[in-house]
Amino acid sequence: MNELFRQTASKVWLLLMAATFVTTWMLTKDAFPLRIATIAIVLIAAIKVRLVLLHFMELRHAPLPLRLVFEAWVIAVTGALIALYWLTPAAG
Amino acid sequence: MATGSDAPSIGASREQGNPVSGILTFIIADLIVFAMLFTGFMVDRSHELAVFNRSANALDFHLGLANLLILVTSGLCVVFAVSAAREGRMTAIRNWILVAFVIGAGFGVSKFVEWGDKFAHDIGMHTNAFYMYYFALTGAHFLHFLGGMGALAFIWFYSLRHAGAPDFRGKIEAVGLYWHMVDLLWVLIFPLLYVLGHQWPACP
Repeated sequence: MNELFRQTASKVWLLLMAATFVTTWMLTKDAFPLRIATIAIVLIAAIKVRLVLLHFMELRHAPLPLRLVFEAWVIAVTGALIALYWLTPAAG
Repeated sequence: MATGSDAPSIGASREQGNPVSGILTFIIADLIVFAMLFTGFMVDRSHELAVFNRSANALDFHLGLANLLILVTSGLCVVFAVSAAREGRMTAIRNWILVAFVIGAGFGVSKFVEWGDKFAHDIGMHTNAFYMYYFALTGAHFLHFLGGMGALAFIWFYSLRHAGAPDFRGKIEAVGLYWHMVDLLWVLIFPLLYVLGHQWPACP
């Protein structure tokens, strides 16, 4: 169980590193429309937060109500950020 | 933890005085406060978009990224330390905590470089609404970071004499949970401050 915890955490760490470099790549390359890329970056951040919560903080083994509190927080924050970003008209 | 097994079971304990349930309450309250700050940032940004974008564009997002890599890596070391504590590997506990602390210190250095550069250019909290949030968010986060470094230092010294004590696992898990919160907050602060307003090279 402990061995699995370490292995999963190591894989999650690799994934977090990879996701961070994808973010950098999206920032420096002009591959996607600005608003789509920005929303993608916020979503990637939300996935990263969830990975830390579930695998570093071990919420996937926590009692369901506790886990739901944190999951709800991630959804609320991500939803608010994306909605407010989308509703703000693009300008210089 | 109350289970006494090797199975990770954060928050499963209802034991009186277990530091894990206390720290979880603190973390949830803290996350709600930061969520309100994030929302306030987005609302004020919608009113002064040009100012927010121009100011955000003056930040060096490489520093923000470096901070993220530092905190996530330091977080993994704490995972290894907690795991070592569950297996009673005393030397490994101390070594991983030390590595987490040393890597984490890089975050502090980078913050001083970044803030130093801002102050050198006469940029402060009152420059504009963006920098008010910039210093409030990075400042509040930095205080949490300092608390986390203090907690890592505490658990390292505590482990010298008490690593075998029955309450040690709960203590190191609480420290770990707190440190991961410092990490995950930065994962959100980074795109908010450094990325949202970044001017994209070929943006029309």
